Amino acid sequence: MSNVLVFIEQRDGKVRKSSLEALTLGRNLSAKTGGALAAVVAGSGISGLAAELAGYGAAKVFVADKPELQLFSCEGYTAALDAAATAFKPSIVLASATVMGRDVAPRFAARRGVSVLSDVMTLDVAAGRLTGERPVYSGKARVLVTAAPSAEIQVATPRPNVFPASKADVAAAGEVVPLDLGTLRIRAKVVKVEAAQAGEIDVAEADKIVTGGRGIKGPESWSVLRALCHELGAALGASRAAVDAGWIGHEHQVGQTGKVVSPSLYIACGVSGAIQHLAGMGSSKVIVAINKDPEAPIFKVATYGIVGDLFQIVPAMTEAAKKLKA
Amino acid sequence: MNHIVCIAHVPDTETKIRIAAGGVSIDEADVKWIVSPYDEYALEEALKTKEAKGGTVTAITFGPARADTGLRECLARGADDAIRIASEGLGEVDSLGVARLLAGVIKTLPHDVVWMGNKGVGTDAQVLVPMLAELLDLPHVNLVTKLEWKDGGVLARREIEGAQEIVEMPLPGVIGATKGLNEPRYASLKGIMGAKKKTIAVKTPADAGVDPATVAGEAVHVRWTKLELPPARQAVKLIPADDPAKAATELLRLLRDEAKVL
Ligand SMILES: Cc1cc2nc3c(=O)[nH]c(=O)nc-3n(C[C@H](O)[C@H](O)[C@H](O)COP(=O)(O)OP(=O)(O)OC[C@H]3O[C@@H](n4cnc5c(N)ncnc54)[C@H](O)[C@@H]3O)c2cc1C
Ligand SMILES: Nc1ncnc2c1ncn2[C@@H]1O[C@H](COP(=O)(O)O)[C@@H](O)[C@H]1O
Repeated sequence: MSNVLVFIEQRDGKVRKSSLEALTLGRNLSAKTGGALAAVVAGSGISGLAAELAGYGAAKVFVADKPELQLFSCEGYTAALDAAATAFKPSIVLASATVMGRDVAPRFAARRGVSVLSDVMTLDVAAGRLTGERPVYSGKARVLVTAAPSAEIQVATPRPNVFPASKADVAAAGEVVPLDLGTLRIRAKVVKVEAAQAGEIDVAEADKIVTGGRGIKGPESWSVLRALCHELGAALGASRAAVDAGWIGHEHQVGQTGKVVSPSLYIACGVSGAIQHLAGMGSSKVIVAINKDPEAPIFKVATYGIVGDLFQIVPAMTEAAKKLKA
Repeated sequence: MNHIVCIAHVPDTETKIRIAAGGVSIDEADVKWIVSPYDEYALEEALKTKEAKGGTVTAITFGPARADTGLRECLARGADDAIRIASEGLGEVDSLGVARLLAGVIKTLPHDVVWMGNKGVGTDAQVLVPMLAELLDLPHVNLVTKLEWKDGGVLARREIEGAQEIVEMPLPGVIGATKGLNEPRYASLKGIMGAKKKTIAVKTPADAGVDPATVAGEAVHVRWTKLELPPARQAVKLIPADDPAKAATELLRLLRDEAKVL
């Protein structure tokens, strides 16, 4: 029997989709072991979120609702997770491997004297022990990690966009348990959040991505790719070569020194497919390569490929996507 | 100001990966090792800050003797001192174990800023920055792309999903660097010559105040139980491109009907 506690990330009072994925995963793990499922959420003016979390199976929702938790601080949010863990005594703690989850989960784990099954793309429990897999060495190998019996609490951060989110057949009680965190010690804290351009989907969260590389020739060509993004509801990605040339901001970069993404569809246009790029997108479910060089390494990982000039193919895809929708 | 820079010595990303006998680690023969690219940003920022404000820069790693090459590179770029916590004989150590060993040594050194990379490339755990900060009882800010120095602290910019956060942090603290923060320098010839004359302090877990039994063997909470090459991808399905409109229509049809992603 493993009680499962899931750290829920909210921003501006909205639960992130990746947290619902983690909660669904937590529900499956707790069902498998016959344990209970709880969620913990921190912020300000967020008590109303419990109903939504109950819909995903949370029997209890621990809520740390304080003005000083309005904006993220790792120390403040970790205190909330820690207090919920003390009350609920989980043997499994999950947080989605988002920027926030990657801050909170390891700090919590260190406080409890355990390590983390980090960024896993599969997660299962057998005899109460978690095992999970993730790509390593730029996707050139895959490791299976296992929590040893000596770990009293097992902490894992599932990769966003990999595990499905689904509501429970029957909503759970979602009993709200307010957390009293006493006086918080918060040293590092967010003082300002600057949202990206309105309407832009972030590559790290996107289900579809259209990426441009050096082959797009210059920043004026983003409009060609953006038109396709618009039709597909995709985010715009970029190779490092395109970012380093100053054609677009680093937040678009996919790869080893950019974002690691796992969309269901990844369309690479004018990207050669260097190993450091593959490290960021190799786990995409379906990969489309559009490149005029038939020898480009991107074709080795692609599901579908068109050898040709992206300036002809991409606009044609935009048109075809329009027709498909019509 | 005293700067500590934690570096991981990792396989070059271009290196061919082979699985060693036993199936839980890589075959290290013919692997080229480098300082993890993110740690280069960390080192660069520490060196730049030292040059502007004075102080010392100490590079530290936990690893086997080959990691000395990585430390020499740091010395050649301008670090004043280098410390290696010897990993020999410990076997597998998980991230918490590494954090404990690093924390043990760092506690004995004056430190205003502990610099790290946001991930150790290769194993890509991305957990050590918050872990080490917690064990040192320090605040941290990770994924930093821009840094401003303020009285007694820093103002850091970092990228999150779909937004940028500005984080205020008092010092001492832990800073996790990422791409965008700076352009790492190359070592000068003079630096390389100078680094050859410096000694690397090699410490044991006991020097770090850590009983090996608490970081190795049974104490390892998260183990690598199997390492394998990824399954081969199916060969690409090429769509003839003579007529771009036809090719595009066919591709979208396949994405919808065959791959079912539209
Ligand atoms: C430590 C390290 C970290 C790195 N991290 C990253 C990372 O995070 N992300 C990343 O992407 N890279 C990263 N790189 C860089 C990587 O090695 C490559 O240099 C980079 O990915 C190349 O970008 P590219 O494919 O856009 O450019 P190129 O390799 O120049 O490829 C351009 C491609 O466009 C094709 N092309 C040109 N014109 C057209 C046309 N009209 N139509 C169709 N195709 C066309 C060409 O055939 C070619 O294949 C890293 C490198 C190192 C050393
Ligand atoms: N063996 C090590 N010795 C010293 N520092 C390390 C070591 N491994 C990782 N680090 C530091 O921790 C950061 C994050 O690594 P990781 O959490 O393993 O992805 C790296 O960028 C380094 O700064």
